[in-house]
Amino acid sequence: MVNRIKNLRTHAMVFLAVLGPGFITAVVDNDAGGIFTYSEAGARFGYVPLWTMLPVTLILIVTQVMCSRMGAVTGKGLSDLIREEFGLRTTFLIMAALLVVNFTNVTANFAGIAGSLEIFGVSRYVSIPLGAALVWVLVVKGTYRSVEKIFLVASVFYIAYVISAFLIEPDWSEALRSSITPVVMFDGPYLAILVGLVGTSVAPWMQFYLQAAIVEKGIDVKQYAESRAEVIVGCVAMAFIKFFIIVCAAGAIWSAGPREIRDAAEAALALEPLGPYAYGLFAAGLFNASLLAASILPLSTAYSVCEGLGFESGVNHRFQEAPFFYGLYTLLVVVGAGVVLWPNFPLVRIILLSQVLNGVLLPVILILMLVLANRRDLMGKWVNTPLFNLVSYATVAVMIILSLAIVALSV
Amino acid sequence: MATTSIDVDRMLYLTELTGMRVLAPNGQVVGRVRDVAITPSEHPRRVSRFLVGRRIRFVARYDQVAAISLDGIRLSDDRFIPFYPDDSHLLLCEDLLDQQIVDVNGRKVVRVNDLSLRIEHTPYREELWVHDVGVGLQGAFRRLTEGLLPHNVIRRVQQRIRPNTIPWEYCNIVEPDARRRLKLRISHHRLGQLHPADLADIAEELAPAEREALFETLDDKIAADALTEVNPKIQVSILKSLDKERAADIVEEMDPDSAADLLNALEEEESQEILKDMEQVPAAEVEELLEYGPETAGGMMNNRYIAVHEDARVRDAVEAMRGNQDLLKALTHIFLIDNQQKLVGAVAVARLFTAADDLPLRNLAFLETLRVQLDDDRDEVVELFDKYNLFALPVVEKDGELYGVITADDVISVLHPED
Repeated sequence: MVNRIKNLRTHAMVFLAVLGPGFITAVVDNDAGGIFTYSEAGARFGYVPLWTMLPVTLILIVTQVMCSRMGAVTGKGLSDLIREEFGLRTTFLIMAALLVVNFTNVTANFAGIAGSLEIFGVSRYVSIPLGAALVWVLVVKGTYRSVEKIFLVASVFYIAYVISAFLIEPDWSEALRSSITPVVMFDGPYLAILVGLVGTSVAPWMQFYLQAAIVEKGIDVKQYAESRAEVIVGCVAMAFIKFFIIVCAAGAIWSAGPREIRDAAEAALALEPLGPYAYGLFAAGLFNASLLAASILPLSTAYSVCEGLGFESGVNHRFQEAPFFYGLYTLLVVVGAGVVLWPNFPLVRIILLSQVLNGVLLPVILILMLVLANRRDLMGKWVNTPLFNLVSYATVAVMIILSLAIVALSV
Repeated sequence: MATTSIDVDRMLYLTELTGMRVLAPNGQVVGRVRDVAITPSEHPRRVSRFLVGRRIRFVARYDQVAAISLDGIRLSDDRFIPFYPDDSHLLLCEDLLDQQIVDVNGRKVVRVNDLSLRIEHTPYREELWVHDVGVGLQGAFRRLTEGLLPHNVIRRVQQRIRPNTIPWEYCNIVEPDARRRLKLRISHHRLGQLHPADLADIAEELAPAEREALFETLDDKIAADALTEVNPKIQVSILKSLDKERAADIVEEMDPDSAADLLNALEEEESQEILKDMEQVPAAEVEELLEYGPETAGGMMNNRYIAVHEDARVRDAVEAMRGNQDLLKALTHIFLIDNQQKLVGAVAVARLFTAADDLPLRNLAFLETLRVQLDDDRDEVVELFDKYNLFALPVVEKDGELYGVITADDVISVLHPED
């Protein structure tokens, strides 16, 4: 009997233990960049971009499952694997690109903090220094882990979009039809939104973050099935939210006249049916999402770069032991936040740009992941299945074409 | 640490060596160096094979090399042999570059950026000996700029960067494949001399396969001490990766309380299997501790302690200590028990040294000894340790029978858990 209880307990523990990395990654995925990109997509193009939801979710699941499998099988982080299999020069270039792209993502989330608090009338010259200091202290002093749960719970805010969507009474039949009708227009802004939608959903940093988290959790091939389930549930739940954000933006903003979103207050219009609390609710949700991502992104970036280049990393080291790690982390927070204080800093434009950059870097990272995940000497019987390869290569091809098209159209 | 300074003209970096021209005796270029190998079973640091050519691979042996310089490698004959991969060769580029190794001197895991080799002159030929491993910015700079800038420019610029190197003799390669480990003569002898806590840190930094390799090669006692110090989550995965017999051998050498904590974290079946493979006595000690919840005094205690009869004298206590050498390292108290095994008192070990041989222990003992019961809460134990500044606290059954002892280190690991 005691054994039975112990077994039950271990099963429950196994589930709780793996209920973590995949879900957290998915939640952080809907950061300031995500919220603005979806809002912009809906506000500007209505229901049309909804067709991207299905393929993007499929891509997200495929890449995230691939990362968690690599983490579980090899016990190594993605940047470790890239370093060991592709050498220092490739690693250096990838890390440099990742650093630049993630830097814009960090900035995007500080812009999110500034934008959300401006709705409450707090000047960004107050909110940004405080936000940056808070993030820095939370992570460096190691208290972040205990606060993380609060962030995650606060993410239930997204349900506001689901409720709002029903109050708006959008054109559901149009929304559903758009969800399964791919539309491609050779129009710069539209293509940029498409790349942004993929880039914000399947961001390069997520691949590094998730795989590192899987390794840190000590998830091995035996627990991999549970972990995979968790990753998939997280991806689907977040796709669900994305769908409703676009529907809200389309129903509340686009139907009144297509427009660009220039600040947080305009994005908050999507929640207008919720009445007088709409702005406050939106601001609180955006603030939470931004702060969560602003805590995770610089840390994850510093980890990935240091691991790849062979510097000591991790907050369990003292400053003297890992000066490069702490230096890089601090630089990301300070500069990433500081840029937002630049006079007339175009908050939303930068946020959307960061998501496009994600989309441009994604195929490069994906190619490396594909090479790794197909190596039998690394993965054994856990190499990619043909379906995974098909979806991934198709993504790589489409993303490269889209990125080139944007460049061509903007020249 | 002082590094032996040697003439830079006699140094070659692995980054310079790869891609270097290989010349036949008549001066004709026959190919470029692709990789070089050392054969540890023959010589610990001499380059034994030069792999030449990109597609068509052939090798030049070290005794075919007449001269080595930045301009190229000149051979003394042109009898080339095809290259067959062989586990007894360690390929410096393929097996070492960008991989993790253990710096035994610095006690940490590092990643290889570059290697430096020195040119050794012998009467008949020139040889290359591995000198040290670059793990810092200098090596990284060479790797990044190699082929983009001329060698002499790279050499001049890199002098401005502080080198961070590990002498070859302190480099420990962790090879997961046991057969290859044997052929390469990789022993973890030096690692075994590190402090168990340092070994544990190193293990935590390595990937699972390398961790397993490390624990397969350490001897049982050292492996047990190191495993005790490893973060509990990783402990479990290490133990699971080892084969059952070896796991049992290691657990046997652990303190019963650490062993019990570890087995508790495993699944029932696995811990039973390990217990079955253990010697009877340690297995029984561990099994006894497995009965108690981890949040109780019973779950914290160790059941290896020294207790003597209440009528014993100093001489008997010393005798008991002689018979329990393995407990001496952290022994602070000897316990007195009556005929029913009930706790009577405790004697501080240091007191034994100032007392006459035939003095009854009772005269030295503190008879109102603090004690806790098996199912007392962990927090109570911690409070007692804090309040009374204890080093050791006996644990008794309801009727007062002595069952075990909690020591200060058990309390520290509760207050400051790893992770």
